[in-house]
Amino acid sequence: MDRIPILKMGHFLLVTIQVDLYDRLAMDLEADLVKMVSITGAKAVLIDISAVSIVDSFMGRIIGNIASMSKLLDAETVVVGMQPAVAITLVELGLELPGVHTALNVEKGMALLSSLIIIDEETEEEEDDDTALS
Amino acid sequence: MAQSAQILKNKKNDILELWMKNQLTDAGLRDDLMSNEELRSQSEELVDTLIGSLSADNITDAESSDFDGVIEILGGISITRARQGYSPRETGAYVLSLKEALLSILETELKNDLASLYEESIKVSRLIDSFSIITFETFIKGREEVILRQTDEIAEISTPVIRVWDGILALPIIGTLDSSRTQVVMENLLQEIVDTGSSIAILDISGVPAVDSLVAQHLIKTVSATRLMGAECIISGIRPEIAQTIVHLGIDLSNIVTKASLAHALKFAFATLRLEVKKKAGVVVEKAN
Repeated sequence: MDRIPILKMGHFLLVTIQVDLYDRLAMDLEADLVKMVSITGAKAVLIDISAVSIVDSFMGRIIGNIASMSKLLDAETVVVGMQPAVAITLVELGLELPGVHTALNVEKGMALLSSLIIIDEETEEEEDDDTALS
Repeated sequence: MAQSAQILKNKKNDILELWMKNQLTDAGLRDDLMSNEELRSQSEELVDTLIGSLSADNITDAESSDFDGVIEILGGISITRARQGYSPRETGAYVLSLKEALLSILETELKNDLASLYEESIKVSRLIDSFSIITFETFIKGREEVILRQTDEIAEISTPVIRVWDGILALPIIGTLDSSRTQVVMENLLQEIVDTGSSIAILDISGVPAVDSLVAQHLIKTVSATRLMGAECIISGIRPEIAQTIVHLGIDLSNIVTKASLAHALKFAFATLRLEVKKKAGVVVEKAN
């Protein structure tokens, strides 16, 4: 039984999908990832799909679901390294993954998440300041 | 009763002379395009081949393989005349004027036997008519080939993806966009994004004369696919009439960054990438060559 490893790194969770996903694996990943976000209190999830060359509507939905669920648990999600063929397929299927951040590669994805989290922390600090003043 | 084939064979030289005489006295003679000697040799070749391949059996069957040589010559005449600048009408008239010559020869030979004159005239007339149709077909086929070749060439004018800056790609699209072309543009753009690792792509459509709803949808798809890959796509150079079309069609481009010109789009891209282009202090000194 395959499992896709979910790595924790500071506030981040890293998922690199190195095999072509089949439905069972994708559903397990969905469940595992949501659990992990909840347990670790991660603020950001990075999913690297650069090795995925084929997606179907189901896969597209799972990726969308993961992002939406993480969002509910207050974690930003970025999908990185999508192949052109995959992008075209998803667009043709009408799965444009609203609310999911995207980046060209892991490096850029990390930079994006860092900036998002920094903004979050800043706003939180500001809120804290406001409460302290009042 | 296959006398006409025989008569025409015997009178071959008379036919040629009569035909040439008719052509040279015709008001529509284009001696500016072809010299009379050339015209004569061309006509002679045609008459020779036609009369040579004519027989009692095939006079009623223009499809017969005996006439392959004739058809080949007619095709050649049709193509060379089209190149020399003859109008299709003139080329058709050339072949039909041969019929006149043939019929008047038959008339002089068979004037005592009206029934067979009528019968043979109809045969010859039909044969030459179908030859003139073949001439036209060849003419049109030649045109069609040119059109097809041009279509292919237009399709092969690839849409280049230009790296205007480190991390910024530009795609100037020129000419009418159809679905297949938009598909190619989209694939090229996405591939180039992967290859160069660029995070901003500018689609410049200032060279596109018109956009219909399908093309607009394709553009939206291109932008979405670019976003999915983690890059941003800006559309620039939308003409006023295209903007009108898009709004009238009820297409929503509000989620897409649109800029007036490539320059504006580039400025926006610089701002997004936190780049700055500054004018240096001092005076520009023109260097004399």
